Amino acid sequence: MREKHIDPIHDPIAVEQEDWRKRQIRNRFKQVLTISSPIFILLLWEFLSRTDLIDARFFPPPTKIVGTFLMMGTSGELFSHIGISLYRIFAGFLLGVIPAIILGLIMGLYSPIRHFLSPLIMALMPIPTLALLPIIIIIFGVGEVSKVVTIAGSVFFPVIINTVAGVVNIDRIYLDVAKNYGADSKNFFFKIALPGSLPVMLEGIQMGQAIALLTIVAAEMMGANSGIGYLIWTSYKAFLLQEMYVGLVLISFFGFLFSLILRGFQNKLLPWR
Amino acid sequence: MAAKISIRDLTKVFYKKGSSMTALQNVSIDVQDGEFVCFIGPSGCGKTTLLRILADLETPSTGEFTIARDKEDRPLQSMVFQEKGVIPWLTVEENVAFGLKMRHLPKNIIKERTSYYLAKVGLDKFAKIYPKDLSGGMKQRVSIARAFANDPEILLMDEPFAALDEQNKFILQEELLNIWSETKKTVLFITHSIDEALLLSDRILLMSSQPGRIIDEKVVDLPRPRNMEQVRADPTMAHHFKDIWNHLHNEVQNSRE
Repeated sequence: MREKHIDPIHDPIAVEQEDWRKRQIRNRFKQVLTISSPIFILLLWEFLSRTDLIDARFFPPPTKIVGTFLMMGTSGELFSHIGISLYRIFAGFLLGVIPAIILGLIMGLYSPIRHFLSPLIMALMPIPTLALLPIIIIIFGVGEVSKVVTIAGSVFFPVIINTVAGVVNIDRIYLDVAKNYGADSKNFFFKIALPGSLPVMLEGIQMGQAIALLTIVAAEMMGANSGIGYLIWTSYKAFLLQEMYVGLVLISFFGFLFSLILRGFQNKLLPWR
Repeated sequence: MAAKISIRDLTKVFYKKGSSMTALQNVSIDVQDGEFVCFIGPSGCGKTTLLRILADLETPSTGEFTIARDKEDRPLQSMVFQEKGVIPWLTVEENVAFGLKMRHLPKNIIKERTSYYLAKVGLDKFAKIYPKDLSGGMKQRVSIARAFANDPEILLMDEPFAALDEQNKFILQEELLNIWSETKKTVLFITHSIDEALLLSDRILLMSSQPGRIIDEKVVDLPRPRNMEQVRADPTMAHHFKDIWNHLHNEVQNSRE
Protein backbone atom coordinates (compact mmCIF):
# COMPACT_ATOMS: atom_id res chain seq x y z
CA MET A 1 0.00 0.00 0.00
CA ARG A 2 1.22 3.44 -0.83
CA GLU A 3 0.14 5.16 2.36
CA LYS A 4 2.62 3.19 4.36
CA HIS A 5 5.48 4.95 2.66
CA ILE A 6 4.31 8.40 3.64
CA ASP A 7 6.14 9.73 6.63
CA PRO A 8 3.39 10.93 9.03
CA ILE A 9 5.14 14.24 9.46
CA HIS A 10 4.91 14.91 5.74
CA ASP A 11 1.36 13.65 5.27
CA PRO A 12 -0.64 16.86 4.65
CA ILE A 13 -3.86 15.35 5.97
CA ALA A 14 -2.19 14.24 9.19
CA VAL A 15 -0.69 17.70 9.62
CA GLU A 16 -4.06 19.37 9.20
CA GLN A 17 -5.71 16.79 11.44
CA GLU A 18 -3.26 17.53 14.19
CA ASP A 19 -3.91 21.24 13.71
CA TRP A 20 -7.66 20.69 13.87
CA ARG A 21 -7.30 18.70 17.07
CA LYS A 22 -5.31 21.53 18.64
CA ARG A 23 -8.00 24.03 17.66
CA GLN A 24 -10.66 21.80 19.23
CA ILE A 25 -8.72 21.65 22.46
CA ARG A 26 -8.26 25.40 22.45
CA ASN A 27 -12.01 25.94 21.94
CA ARG A 28 -12.86 23.55 24.74
CA PHE A 29 -10.44 25.40 26.97
CA LYS A 30 -12.27 28.67 26.23
CA GLN A 31 -15.59 27.06 27.14
CA VAL A 32 -14.07 25.88 30.41
CA LEU A 33 -12.85 29.43 31.07
CA THR A 34 -16.37 30.79 30.59
CA ILE A 35 -17.84 28.36 33.07
CA SER A 36 -14.97 28.61 35.54
CA SER A 37 -15.10 32.34 36.31
CA PRO A 38 -18.38 32.29 38.30
CA ILE A 39 -17.35 29.06 40.02
CA PHE A 40 -14.01 30.58 40.93
CA ILE A 41 -15.63 33.69 42.42
CA LEU A 42 -18.09 31.57 44.43
CA LEU A 43 -15.30 29.39 45.78
CA LEU A 44 -13.20 32.41 46.67
CA TRP A 45 -16.15 34.04 48.39
CA GLU A 46 -16.92 30.85 50.30
CA PHE A 47 -13.29 30.54 51.41
CA LEU A 48 -12.85 34.18 52.45
CA SER A 49 -16.12 34.18 54.33
CA ARG A 50 -15.51 30.86 56.11
CA THR A 51 -12.02 31.93 57.16
CA ASP A 52 -13.33 35.33 58.35
CA LEU A 53 -11.04 37.18 55.98
CA ILE A 54 -14.19 39.07 55.01
CA ASP A 55 -16.98 39.79 57.44
CA ALA A 56 -19.42 36.88 57.23
CA ARG A 57 -22.19 39.10 58.59
CA PHE A 58 -22.10 41.23 55.45
CA PHE A 59 -20.90 38.55 53.05
CA PRO A 60 -22.36 35.24 54.22
CA PRO A 61 -20.82 32.26 52.41
CA PRO A 62 -22.71 31.10 49.28
CA THR A 63 -23.53 27.71 50.79
CA LYS A 64 -25.37 29.48 53.60
CA ILE A 65 -27.27 31.59 51.10
CA VAL A 66 -28.31 28.39 49.30
CA GLY A 67 -29.38 26.96 52.62
CA THR A 68 -31.45 30.05 53.37
CA PHE A 69 -32.94 29.83 49.86
CA LEU A 70 -34.04 26.21 50.47
CA MET A 71 -35.47 27.14 53.84
CA MET A 72 -37.42 30.05 52.41
CA GLY A 73 -38.53 27.86 49.55
CA THR A 74 -40.05 25.19 51.76
CA SER A 75 -42.16 27.76 53.54
CA GLY A 76 -43.71 28.66 50.16
CA GLU A 77 -43.58 32.37 50.84
CA LEU A 78 -40.59 32.83 48.55
CA PHE A 79 -42.48 31.54 45.55
CA SER A 80 -45.36 33.91 46.05
CA HIS A 81 -42.80 36.78 46.00
CA ILE A 82 -41.25 35.41 42.81
CA GLY A 83 -44.65 34.84 41.24
CA ILE A 84 -45.95 38.34 41.87
CA SER A 85 -42.70 39.90 40.60
CA LEU A 86 -42.73 37.82 37.43
CA TYR A 87 -46.37 38.73 36.83
CA ARG A 88 -45.55 42.44 37.17
CA ILE A 89 -42.54 42.12 34.89
CA PHE A 90 -44.42 40.24 32.16
CA ALA A 91 -47.51 42.41 32.24
CA GLY A 92 -45.45 45.62 32.35
CA PHE A 93 -43.13 44.36 29.65
CA LEU A 94 -45.97 43.61 27.25
CA LEU A 95 -47.79 46.84 28.09
CA GLY A 96 -44.62 48.75 27.26
CA VAL A 97 -43.27 46.79 24.30
CA ILE A 98 -46.41 46.43 22.17
CA PRO A 99 -47.36 50.13 21.93
CA ALA A 100 -43.66 51.00 21.53
CA ILE A 101 -43.35 48.72 18.49
CA ILE A 102 -46.55 49.95 16.84
CA LEU A 103 -45.83 53.63 17.47
CA GLY A 104 -42.17 53.15 16.52
CA LEU A 105 -43.05 51.60 13.17
CA ILE A 106 -45.52 54.39 12.41
CA MET A 107 -42.97 57.04 13.37
CA GLY A 108 -40.29 55.33 11.30
CA LEU A 109 -42.43 55.08 8.18
CA TYR A 110 -44.14 58.48 8.27
CA SER A 111 -41.69 61.29 8.77
CA PRO A 112 -44.30 64.00 9.61
CA ILE A 113 -45.49 61.85 12.53
CA ARG A 114 -41.86 61.26 13.48
CA HIS A 115 -41.13 64.97 13.50
CA PHE A 116 -44.25 65.68 15.50
CA LEU A 117 -43.71 63.05 18.20
CA SER A 118 -39.95 62.82 18.58
CA PRO A 119 -39.55 65.97 20.75
CA LEU A 120 -42.09 64.50 23.18
CA ILE A 121 -40.19 61.20 23.30
CA MET A 122 -36.89 63.03 23.74
CA ALA A 123 -38.30 65.15 26.56
CA LEU A 124 -39.94 62.28 28.42
CA MET A 125 -37.19 59.72 28.04
CA PRO A 126 -34.66 61.17 30.53
CA ILE A 127 -37.23 61.26 33.34
CA PRO A 128 -36.80 58.07 35.38
CA THR A 129 -40.16 56.34 35.57
CA LEU A 130 -39.39 55.67 39.24
CA ALA A 131 -39.36 59.40 39.90
CA LEU A 132 -42.90 59.44 38.56
CA LEU A 133 -43.98 56.64 40.86
CA PRO A 134 -45.81 58.99 43.28
CA ILE A 135 -47.80 60.43 40.38
CA ILE A 136 -48.44 56.96 38.99
CA ILE A 137 -49.72 55.83 42.39
CA ILE A 138 -52.00 58.87 42.59
CA ILE A 139 -53.43 58.06 39.18
CA PHE A 140 -53.53 54.25 39.27
CA GLY A 141 -53.80 53.59 43.00
CA VAL A 142 -51.56 51.44 45.19
CA GLY A 143 -52.55 48.15 43.53
CA GLU A 144 -50.89 46.08 40.86
CA VAL A 145 -51.71 48.48 38.02
CA SER A 146 -49.33 51.15 39.25
CA LYS A 147 -46.38 48.71 39.31
CA VAL A 148 -47.23 47.34 35.89
CA VAL A 149 -47.50 50.87 34.50
CA THR A 150 -44.13 51.78 36.04
CA ILE A 151 -42.45 48.83 34.32
CA ALA A 152 -44.25 49.58 31.06
CA GLY A 153 -43.11 53.20 31.17
CA SER A 154 -39.46 52.29 31.53
CA VAL A 155 -39.54 49.55 28.90
CA PHE A 156 -41.35 51.74 26.39
CA PHE A 157 -38.53 54.18 25.62
CA PRO A 158 -35.62 51.94 24.59
CA VAL A 159 -37.98 49.90 22.45
CA ILE A 160 -39.60 52.82 20.63
CA ILE A 161 -36.27 54.54 20.01
CA ASN A 162 -34.70 51.38 18.60
CA THR A 163 -37.76 50.61 16.49
CA VAL A 164 -37.71 54.07 14.89
CA ALA A 165 -33.96 53.76 14.29
CA GLY A 166 -34.50 50.30 12.85
CA VAL A 167 -37.05 51.53 10.32
CA VAL A 168 -35.12 54.66 9.39
CA ASN A 169 -31.97 52.64 8.78
CA ILE A 170 -33.59 50.13 6.42
CA ASP A 171 -31.62 50.33 3.19
CA ARG A 172 -33.45 52.69 0.81
CA ILE A 173 -33.23 50.18 -2.00
CA TYR A 174 -35.74 47.86 -0.27
CA LEU A 175 -38.22 50.73 -0.07
CA ASP A 176 -37.61 51.35 -3.78
CA VAL A 177 -38.17 47.69 -4.57
CA ALA A 178 -41.42 47.68 -2.59
CA LYS A 179 -42.62 50.86 -4.28
CA ASN A 180 -41.61 49.69 -7.74
CA TYR A 181 -43.48 46.41 -7.27
CA GLY A 182 -46.60 48.21 -6.09
CA ALA A 183 -46.66 47.57 -2.34
CA ASP A 184 -49.60 49.23 -0.54
CA SER A 185 -49.17 50.77 2.91
CA LYS A 186 -50.21 47.56 4.67
CA ASN A 187 -47.48 45.66 2.84
CA PHE A 188 -44.96 48.43 3.51
CA PHE A 189 -45.75 48.01 7.18
CA PHE A 190 -45.69 44.22 7.47
CA LYS A 191 -43.38 43.13 4.66
CA ILE A 192 -40.76 45.88 4.80
CA ALA A 193 -40.81 48.06 7.93
CA LEU A 194 -41.52 45.36 10.52
CA PRO A 195 -39.07 42.67 9.37
CA GLY A 196 -36.48 45.23 8.26
CA SER A 197 -36.39 46.96 11.63
CA LEU A 198 -36.61 43.75 13.66
CA PRO A 199 -32.86 43.26 14.34
CA VAL A 200 -32.44 46.74 15.84
CA MET A 201 -35.86 46.53 17.53
CA LEU A 202 -34.88 43.29 19.28
CA GLU A 203 -31.76 44.97 20.66
CA GLY A 204 -34.10 47.58 22.16
CA ILE A 205 -36.26 44.83 23.63
CA GLN A 206 -33.16 43.26 25.23
CA MET A 207 -32.37 46.61 26.79
CA GLY A 208 -36.00 46.99 27.89
CA GLN A 209 -35.86 43.60 29.56
CA ALA A 210 -32.84 44.63 31.64
CA ILE A 211 -34.48 47.92 32.57
CA ALA A 212 -37.67 46.08 33.56
CA LEU A 213 -35.73 44.12 36.17
CA LEU A 214 -34.05 47.24 37.53
CA THR A 215 -37.39 48.95 37.74
CA ILE A 216 -39.31 46.13 39.39
CA VAL A 217 -36.85 45.91 42.27
CA ALA A 218 -36.88 49.64 42.85
CA ALA A 219 -40.65 49.92 42.46
CA GLU A 220 -41.24 47.11 44.93
CA MET A 221 -38.85 48.71 47.39
CA MET A 222 -40.82 51.95 47.28
CA GLY A 223 -44.46 50.99 47.17
CA ALA A 224 -45.27 47.33 47.58
CA ASN A 225 -45.71 44.65 50.20
CA SER A 226 -44.77 41.69 48.03
CA GLY A 227 -42.28 40.74 45.36
CA ILE A 228 -38.54 40.15 45.13
CA GLY A 229 -37.74 43.84 45.55
CA TYR A 230 -39.86 43.97 48.68
CA LEU A 231 -38.06 40.86 49.96
CA ILE A 232 -34.66 42.48 49.41
CA TRP A 233 -35.69 45.71 51.06
CA THR A 234 -37.39 44.28 54.14
CA SER A 235 -34.58 41.74 54.67
CA TYR A 236 -32.06 44.56 54.49
CA LYS A 237 -33.99 46.69 56.96
CA ALA A 238 -34.23 43.73 59.36
CA PHE A 239 -30.54 43.00 58.77
CA LEU A 240 -31.39 39.55 57.42
CA LEU A 241 -28.57 39.72 54.91
CA GLN A 242 -28.76 36.07 53.87
CA GLU A 243 -32.38 36.59 52.86
CA MET A 244 -31.38 39.77 51.06
CA TYR A 245 -28.75 37.87 49.09
CA VAL A 246 -31.33 35.30 48.09
CA GLY A 247 -33.33 38.16 46.54
CA LEU A 248 -30.29 39.54 44.75
CA VAL A 249 -29.32 36.14 43.36
CA LEU A 250 -32.89 35.64 42.14
CA ILE A 251 -32.77 38.94 40.24
CA SER A 252 -29.47 37.99 38.70
CA PHE A 253 -30.83 34.58 37.77
CA PHE A 254 -33.96 35.94 36.10
CA GLY A 255 -31.98 38.59 34.23
CA PHE A 256 -29.74 35.88 32.84
CA LEU A 257 -32.69 33.64 32.01
CA PHE A 258 -34.62 36.39 30.21
CA SER A 259 -31.53 37.28 28.18
CA LEU A 260 -31.16 33.67 27.08
CA ILE A 261 -34.84 33.41 26.18
CA LEU A 262 -34.70 36.62 24.13
CA ARG A 263 -31.52 35.46 22.34
CA GLY A 264 -33.38 32.29 21.46
CA PHE A 265 -36.30 34.35 20.13
CA GLN A 266 -33.87 36.46 18.17
CA ASN A 267 -32.46 33.43 16.37
CA LYS A 268 -35.97 32.15 15.65
CA LEU A 269 -37.27 35.51 14.42
CA LEU A 270 -34.24 36.35 12.29
CA PRO A 271 -33.51 33.23 10.25
CA TRP A 272 -32.34 35.48 7.43
CA ARG A 273 -29.45 37.01 9.32
CA MET B 1 -46.63 51.05 -35.30
CA ALA B 2 -46.94 53.25 -32.24
CA ALA B 3 -43.95 53.27 -29.90
CA LYS B 4 -44.10 51.12 -26.78
CA ILE B 5 -42.24 53.74 -24.78
CA SER B 6 -42.31 57.33 -25.81
CA ILE B 7 -40.23 59.88 -23.93
CA ARG B 8 -40.62 63.55 -24.82
CA ASP B 9 -38.29 66.38 -23.75
CA LEU B 10 -37.62 64.87 -20.38
CA THR B 11 -35.53 67.12 -18.13
CA LYS B 12 -34.57 66.49 -14.54
CA VAL B 13 -32.93 69.11 -12.37
CA PHE B 14 -31.83 68.38 -8.82
CA TYR B 15 -32.11 71.54 -6.76
CA LYS B 16 -30.50 72.16 -3.43
CA LYS B 17 -30.40 75.50 -1.66
CA GLY B 18 -28.57 77.84 -3.99
CA SER B 19 -27.34 75.33 -6.53
CA SER B 20 -28.89 73.17 -9.17
CA MET B 21 -27.63 70.22 -11.17
CA THR B 22 -29.15 69.20 -14.46
CA ALA B 23 -29.10 65.43 -14.57
CA LEU B 24 -31.09 65.01 -17.78
CA GLN B 25 -31.67 67.54 -20.53
CA ASN B 26 -34.39 67.28 -23.16
CA VAL B 27 -34.24 63.55 -23.53
CA SER B 28 -36.57 62.22 -26.23
CA ILE B 29 -36.66 58.53 -27.09
CA ASP B 30 -39.05 56.18 -28.86
CA VAL B 31 -38.73 52.49 -28.17
CA GLN B 32 -40.58 49.88 -30.22
CA ASP B 33 -42.45 46.96 -28.72
CA GLY B 34 -40.08 44.07 -28.01
CA GLU B 35 -36.97 46.14 -28.51
CA PHE B 36 -33.91 45.64 -26.29
CA VAL B 37 -32.27 49.02 -25.80
CA CYS B 38 -29.03 49.64 -23.92
CA PHE B 39 -27.87 52.97 -22.50
CA ILE B 40 -24.17 53.68 -22.34
CA GLY B 41 -22.62 56.83 -20.97
CA PRO B 42 -19.97 58.06 -18.57
CA SER B 43 -20.58 57.78 -14.85
CA GLY B 44 -22.98 60.37 -13.52
CA CYS B 45 -24.60 61.03 -16.91
CA GLY B 46 -28.12 60.54 -15.56
CA LYS B 47 -28.77 57.04 -16.91
CA THR B 48 -29.99 55.81 -13.56
CA THR B 49 -32.07 58.95 -13.09
CA LEU B 50 -33.78 58.30 -16.41
CA LEU B 51 -34.59 54.73 -15.40
CA ARG B 52 -35.79 55.81 -11.97
CA ILE B 53 -38.17 58.30 -13.59
CA LEU B 54 -39.58 55.56 -15.82
CA ALA B 55 -39.81 53.31 -12.74
CA ASP B 56 -41.90 55.95 -10.97
CA LEU B 57 -39.29 56.35 -8.24
CA GLU B 58 -38.46 59.91 -9.29
CA THR B 59 -40.54 62.63 -10.95
CA PRO B 60 -39.33 64.51 -14.02
CA SER B 61 -38.89 68.29 -13.69
CA THR B 62 -40.38 68.89 -17.13
CA GLY B 63 -41.35 66.74 -20.07
CA GLU B 64 -43.33 63.56 -20.13
CA PHE B 65 -43.29 59.89 -21.02
CA THR B 66 -45.83 57.23 -21.81
CA ILE B 67 -45.64 53.47 -21.66
CA ALA B 68 -48.27 51.77 -23.82
CA ARG B 69 -50.43 49.24 -22.02
CA ASP B 70 -51.36 46.06 -23.88
CA LYS B 71 -53.14 44.23 -21.10
CA GLU B 72 -55.24 45.89 -18.41
CA ASP B 73 -54.04 43.74 -15.52
CA ARG B 74 -50.34 44.11 -16.22
CA PRO B 75 -48.07 46.42 -14.24
CA LEU B 76 -46.46 49.07 -16.44
CA GLN B 77 -42.89 48.31 -15.50
CA SER B 78 -40.66 46.28 -13.22
CA MET B 79 -37.12 47.08 -12.34
CA VAL B 80 -34.10 44.84 -11.90
CA PHE B 81 -31.99 46.76 -9.42
CA GLN B 82 -28.23 46.92 -8.99
CA GLU B 83 -26.71 44.22 -6.82
CA LYS B 84 -28.58 44.76 -3.53
CA GLY B 85 -32.20 44.65 -4.73
CA VAL B 86 -33.02 41.24 -3.28
CA ILE B 87 -34.85 41.59 0.05
CA PRO B 88 -32.82 39.72 2.70
CA TRP B 89 -35.70 38.78 5.03
CA LEU B 90 -37.68 37.05 2.28
CA THR B 91 -36.75 33.62 0.98
CA VAL B 92 -35.74 33.18 -2.66
CA GLU B 93 -39.27 32.05 -3.44
CA GLU B 94 -40.89 34.95 -1.60
CA ASN B 95 -38.61 37.38 -3.40
CA VAL B 96 -39.60 36.03 -6.81
CA ALA B 97 -43.28 36.10 -5.82
CA PHE B 98 -43.00 39.61 -4.36
CA GLY B 99 -44.56 41.60 -7.20
CA LEU B 100 -47.35 39.07 -7.68
CA LYS B 101 -48.17 39.13 -3.98
CA MET B 102 -48.17 42.91 -3.90
CA ARG B 103 -50.75 42.83 -6.69
CA HIS B 104 -52.87 40.33 -4.73
CA LEU B 105 -53.04 37.76 -7.52
CA PRO B 106 -54.70 34.40 -6.79
CA LYS B 107 -52.47 31.99 -4.88
CA ASN B 108 -52.34 29.29 -7.55
CA ILE B 109 -51.19 31.78 -10.20
CA ILE B 110 -48.50 33.13 -7.85
CA LYS B 111 -47.30 29.60 -7.15
CA GLU B 112 -47.29 28.57 -10.79
CA ARG B 113 -45.45 31.63 -12.10
CA THR B 114 -42.98 31.67 -9.24
CA SER B 115 -41.96 28.07 -9.71
CA TYR B 116 -41.79 28.53 -13.48
CA TYR B 117 -39.30 31.38 -13.23
CA LEU B 118 -37.39 29.78 -10.37
CA ALA B 119 -36.81 26.78 -12.61
CA LYS B 120 -36.00 29.08 -15.50
CA VAL B 121 -33.08 30.66 -13.62
CA GLY B 122 -32.07 27.34 -12.06
CA LEU B 123 -32.94 28.26 -8.48
CA ASP B 124 -35.78 25.79 -7.85
CA LYS B 125 -33.60 23.89 -5.37
CA PHE B 126 -32.93 27.10 -3.44
CA ALA B 127 -36.56 28.22 -3.18
CA LYS B 128 -36.74 28.04 0.62
CA ILE B 129 -33.40 29.55 1.56
CA TYR B 130 -32.55 33.14 2.42
CA PRO B 131 -30.45 35.37 0.15
CA LYS B 132 -27.54 35.51 2.62
CA ASP B 133 -26.60 32.02 1.47
CA LEU B 134 -26.61 32.96 -2.23
CA SER B 135 -23.70 34.13 -4.35
CA GLY B 136 -23.88 37.48 -6.13
CA GLY B 137 -24.81 35.80 -9.40
CA MET B 138 -27.61 33.83 -7.80
CA LYS B 139 -28.98 36.96 -6.16
CA GLN B 140 -29.19 38.67 -9.52
CA ARG B 141 -30.99 35.62 -10.90
CA VAL B 142 -33.57 36.10 -8.15
CA SER B 143 -33.89 39.75 -9.14
CA ILE B 144 -34.37 38.85 -12.80
CA ALA B 145 -36.87 36.09 -12.02
CA ARG B 146 -38.83 38.51 -9.83
CA ALA B 147 -39.07 41.05 -12.64
CA PHE B 148 -40.09 38.54 -15.33
CA ALA B 149 -42.57 36.77 -13.02
CA ASN B 150 -44.31 40.10 -12.49
CA ASP B 151 -45.06 40.11 -16.25
CA PRO B 152 -44.80 43.89 -16.73
CA GLU B 153 -45.29 45.82 -19.97
CA ILE B 154 -41.60 46.80 -19.96
CA LEU B 155 -38.50 45.83 -18.01
CA LEU B 156 -35.99 48.30 -16.61
CA MET B 157 -32.53 47.05 -15.72
CA ASP B 158 -30.01 49.20 -13.90
CA GLU B 159 -26.56 47.64 -14.38
CA PRO B 160 -27.75 44.29 -13.04
CA PHE B 161 -24.46 42.53 -13.75
CA ALA B 162 -22.03 45.31 -12.80
CA ALA B 163 -20.98 43.70 -9.51
CA LEU B 164 -20.43 40.21 -10.94
CA ASP B 165 -17.17 38.64 -12.01
CA GLU B 166 -16.56 38.13 -15.74
CA GLN B 167 -17.54 34.47 -15.91
CA ASN B 168 -20.77 34.90 -14.00
CA LYS B 169 -21.52 37.91 -16.13
CA PHE B 170 -21.28 35.88 -19.36
CA ILE B 171 -23.49 33.15 -17.98
CA LEU B 172 -26.15 35.55 -16.74
CA GLN B 173 -26.13 37.55 -19.95
CA GLU B 174 -26.89 34.40 -21.92
CA GLU B 175 -29.56 33.34 -19.46
CA LEU B 176 -31.15 36.76 -19.68
CA LEU B 177 -31.21 36.54 -23.48
CA ASN B 178 -32.82 33.11 -23.22
CA ILE B 179 -35.66 34.27 -20.97
CA TRP B 180 -36.05 37.46 -22.93
CA SER B 181 -36.33 35.66 -26.30
CA GLU B 182 -39.22 33.67 -24.83
CA THR B 183 -41.21 36.67 -23.66
CA LYS B 184 -40.05 39.34 -26.10
CA LYS B 185 -40.47 42.05 -23.51
CA THR B 186 -39.34 45.58 -24.19
CA VAL B 187 -36.18 46.15 -22.16
CA LEU B 188 -34.27 49.28 -21.20
CA PHE B 189 -30.87 48.26 -19.90
CA ILE B 190 -28.15 50.42 -18.39
CA THR B 191 -24.57 49.24 -18.61
CA HIS B 192 -20.99 50.39 -18.48
CA SER B 193 -19.81 47.48 -20.57
CA ILE B 194 -19.64 47.93 -24.35
CA ASP B 195 -19.38 44.17 -24.86
CA GLU B 196 -22.50 43.66 -22.82
CA ALA B 197 -24.40 46.27 -24.81
CA LEU B 198 -23.33 44.77 -28.16
CA LEU B 199 -24.28 41.27 -27.04
CA LEU B 200 -27.69 42.14 -25.62
CA SER B 201 -29.23 45.01 -27.49
CA ASP B 202 -31.01 45.84 -30.71
CA ARG B 203 -30.03 49.45 -30.28
CA ILE B 204 -27.48 51.28 -28.15
CA LEU B 205 -28.14 54.85 -27.05
CA LEU B 206 -25.05 56.88 -26.22
CA MET B 207 -25.38 59.52 -23.56
CA SER B 208 -23.30 62.60 -22.97
CA SER B 209 -21.66 63.48 -19.70
CA GLN B 210 -23.70 65.65 -17.35
CA PRO B 211 -26.18 67.07 -18.23
CA GLY B 212 -27.28 63.80 -19.76
CA ARG B 213 -28.52 63.93 -23.34
CA ILE B 214 -28.88 61.24 -25.96
CA ILE B 215 -26.25 62.15 -28.53
CA ASP B 216 -25.94 59.11 -30.76
CA GLU B 217 -27.30 55.68 -31.39
CA LYS B 218 -25.93 52.43 -32.81
CA VAL B 219 -28.18 49.79 -34.32
CA VAL B 220 -26.96 46.29 -33.54
CA ASP B 221 -28.38 44.07 -36.27
CA LEU B 222 -26.43 40.92 -35.52
CA PRO B 223 -28.83 37.94 -35.89
CA ARG B 224 -30.10 36.23 -32.75
CA PRO B 225 -29.48 34.01 -30.90
CA ARG B 226 -26.08 35.55 -30.36
CA ASN B 227 -23.11 34.72 -28.27
CA MET B 228 -20.02 36.60 -27.25
CA GLU B 229 -17.82 34.84 -29.83
CA GLN B 230 -19.97 36.07 -32.69
CA VAL B 231 -19.94 39.59 -31.32
CA ARG B 232 -16.17 39.52 -31.00
CA ALA B 233 -15.67 38.04 -34.48
CA ASP B 234 -17.97 40.41 -36.37
CA PRO B 235 -16.08 43.30 -38.04
CA THR B 236 -19.06 45.70 -37.85
CA MET B 237 -19.29 45.06 -34.13
CA ALA B 238 -15.58 45.70 -33.79
CA HIS B 239 -16.16 49.01 -35.53
CA HIS B 240 -19.08 49.83 -33.22
CA PHE B 241 -16.95 48.92 -30.24
CA LYS B 242 -14.25 51.38 -31.30
CA ASP B 243 -16.80 54.15 -31.96
CA ILE B 244 -18.47 53.71 -28.60
CA TRP B 245 -15.08 53.52 -26.89
CA ASN B 246 -14.04 56.81 -28.49
CA HIS B 247 -17.34 58.38 -27.56
CA LEU B 248 -16.95 57.41 -23.92
CA HIS B 249 -13.37 58.56 -23.92
CA ASN B 250 -14.35 61.97 -25.29
CA GLU B 251 -17.21 62.39 -22.87
CA VAL B 252 -15.07 61.55 -19.89
CA GLN B 253 -12.49 64.01 -21.20
CA ASN B 254 -15.18 66.69 -21.64
CA SER B 255 -16.53 66.24 -18.17
CA ARG B 256 -13.08 66.83 -16.73
CA GLU B 257 -12.57 70.17 -18.43
